[in-house]
Amino acid sequence: MNIAGELGIVYALLGAAVAVLFAGSGSAIGVGIAGQAASGVVTEDPSKFAKVLIIQLLPGTQGLYGLLVGFITLSKIGILGGGVADISVSTGLLILAACLPIGIVGLLSGIAQGKTAAAAIGIVAKKPDQFGKAMLFPAMVETYAILALLISFLAVNGIQV
Amino acid sequence: MAVLKMQRISICALKKDRKAILEKLQSLGVLEVAPVIDGEDEYFRKMDTAGQRSGFERAAASADQALEILERYVPEEKSMFAALEGKFLIEPVKEQQVREKRRELLKTAKEVYDLDREHAEQLAAVIRMRNSIEGLTPWLGLGVPLKPSETKRAVMFPGTMPGGTTLETVYEVLAEKAPDAECVDVQIISSEQSMTYLAVICLREDARDVEDALRSAGFARPAQTWDQAPAEEKKELEQQIEACREETAKIEKRLAELSEQREELKIVADYYRVRADKYMVLGSLPQSERTFVLSGYIPQCEASHVEKYLTERYDCMVDIEELKEDEEPPVILKNNPFSMNMEGIVESYGLPHKGELDPTTIMSFFYVFFFGMMLSDAAYGAIVSIVCGVLVWKFPRMSAGMKKSLKLFFYCGLSTLVWGILFGGYFGNIVDIVSEKFFGTAVSVPALWFIPLNDPMKLLVFSLLFGVIHLFTGLGIKGYLCLKDGKVTDFFCDVVLWFMLLAGLILMLLPSDIFASIAQTQIVFPGWLNTLAAILAAAGAIGIVLMSGRSSKNPALRIALGAYDLYNITGWLSDVLSYSRLLALGLATGVIASVINQMGSMLPNNVVGVIFFIVIFIVGHALNLAINLLGAYVHTNRLQFVEFFGKFYEGGGRPFTPFKENTKYADVKEETIS
Repeated sequence: MNIAGELGIVYALLGAAVAVLFAGSGSAIGVGIAGQAASGVVTEDPSKFAKVLIIQLLPGTQGLYGLLVGFITLSKIGILGGGVADISVSTGLLILAACLPIGIVGLLSGIAQGKTAAAAIGIVAKKPDQFGKAMLFPAMVETYAILALLISFLAVNGIQV
Repeated sequence: MAVLKMQRISICALKKDRKAILEKLQSLGVLEVAPVIDGEDEYFRKMDTAGQRSGFERAAASADQALEILERYVPEEKSMFAALEGKFLIEPVKEQQVREKRRELLKTAKEVYDLDREHAEQLAAVIRMRNSIEGLTPWLGLGVPLKPSETKRAVMFPGTMPGGTTLETVYEVLAEKAPDAECVDVQIISSEQSMTYLAVICLREDARDVEDALRSAGFARPAQTWDQAPAEEKKELEQQIEACREETAKIEKRLAELSEQREELKIVADYYRVRADKYMVLGSLPQSERTFVLSGYIPQCEASHVEKYLTERYDCMVDIEELKEDEEPPVILKNNPFSMNMEGIVESYGLPHKGELDPTTIMSFFYVFFFGMMLSDAAYGAIVSIVCGVLVWKFPRMSAGMKKSLKLFFYCGLSTLVWGILFGGYFGNIVDIVSEKFFGTAVSVPALWFIPLNDPMKLLVFSLLFGVIHLFTGLGIKGYLCLKDGKVTDFFCDVVLWFMLLAGLILMLLPSDIFASIAQTQIVFPGWLNTLAAILAAAGAIGIVLMSGRSSKNPALRIALGAYDLYNITGWLSDVLSYSRLLALGLATGVIASVINQMGSMLPNNVVGVIFFIVIFIVGHALNLAINLLGAYVHTNRLQFVEFFGKFYEGGGRPFTPFKENTKYADVKEETIS
């Protein structure tokens, strides 16, 4: 295996890392923001714990999407199954590019969804019966993470190794 | 698929039957009180019941409070699923008994409240005395009362000095600052790191000089004085604490005794709550000298029963009439046993307003279908169904809303099971992993349809197809509503033209290269179909441009509005693309489940490995199930609320809030309905 060939796998692995890293960070920040709001509500009224916990979890899915793309990438380049595939630099860069959507959108949408979730927790605090509606606002943000996930997934899946 | 038809019922009856009629109506719970005439006139007056009502509310609140206190001292034994158990059921006889002894029970509630206060006071006293004992401890060596005292010639005063003070330093200070004082005796009682406790005896005439001298070195008299020697004081305080303890134990015992009346307290709290409601209605009724009038909304199906019951038993007039045009009646939904479980979903969006159709039934099928597709794992589906089914079966008295939600998830679980079998997902790929790891050969359960991971584009096309069907159904309902209201122009312009445009566009898209690359098959239409598609799309588009702005007289503005409406085509595009989440969420469940399995399979193949495998399996799949269940629920709701309802449904109806027995703890078993 020559140097160029080795670099190919590095780029591909970097792609998996980007997907997991950024999407995971976005979720962590988002869940963190929502968690602060949730803690405030539970201090006042511990009986709302289950409801605010559910809303707090909503920004957590970006991390899972990142994990999903990362996993698909790893199994694609053979790191998971043993025998590492021989990946050219261009293929490696292709995989890296394919991982970018979920990485970047995951990061930004995770943060935005966290803020929305914090506001939705405010709804639950004041009007617990409006839980169904409160849950929908953060879900609106998630749509774009799902779209990014789809493109990343389809792209990684479509690249021939 | 229906909103129950409401009618107005007006009852005019004699005052002597007032109590009986109101109580019957309350126990039936089918009527929402809505007065026809507001205000009073010279014949009809309203009774002021505010005083009695607040009395009952206070009684209910005090019983509630007593229950809360009892719960604190003698917690009720509750199972993990207490929240599911719902209200308990009591015999009418029992209710009668409790009602007779309601005053005693209120006294019990008062006693519980007083005992709780007493308990808190005793505890506070114990803490106070403990602090005193702590303050006394350093003085225990002092044999006389802890206060300045004097004899004919001498005085004694106790006090503290900074830590580290010894007899020598005290005498040094005295020699320096009060050289005249003779016969001073200082005793150190005890010393701590930061404080030295001492007693000083000196002659009466020197007392002042001595104290001043000591004060300059940090002497201070104790903050509190005691009439007895510290040791005796301590003993006494300990006795008092013991007495307080006995007292609190007694209170606790008494509360434990009283807690046996818990059930009765609950019943009495409910009794007063129900009565407060009754008096609220009573206060709203116009009453003349001999009669009263009650008016409200009642579902048509109940109206005749109530009329028959009342007119047979009492001298009264019952008048049932159709609603006026401008009245906005409250809404109750009525659906088949399957679809009624989704009523909660519609309710959380908003009940249909007047003249709108109840979307529950149509929505319910799509709901379950999409939910299953998003979760799409046979094992997860089975778990959800079994858990919900068992809970519903085990706790028949759970609240109606909870039961509906659990049944909803039961059906969604079944749908998930079916989709899981279609897509070959059982805990992700657990069968492959386990068979390979433990038995050496990989066995996989074949998917009944296809495995999404191997052919995601195919599933994407199907997701969008389901989306188109869902959206077209929504548009169809809009068309139906237009026709029902006789708005034929609206039907043609807002529904038919859009159908033409969209159908034409879809037909034009199918044979194109873009679609071929997505679906990986080239579709070739005969030439006439392509022409038809182009004609449909063009006609639809032109029609929309011309007709959408028809409310505007100005022709230029009309065209502009029409063109703007045509821009909604992008809205349709984004709506359809939104259904790609069906694929994405389904993949997320499957792939993350595989990640968990993979993690487990990396462990060595021995006893420890197997144990860890099982742990990873249980924890991992529980988490994955929980988060994907949440995702599937939220996103199915979104597809219904935003994409589907957006096409035809507004909501904003008012829920039916009948005059009924709004109890918190117990329901009285229905007497035989006569």
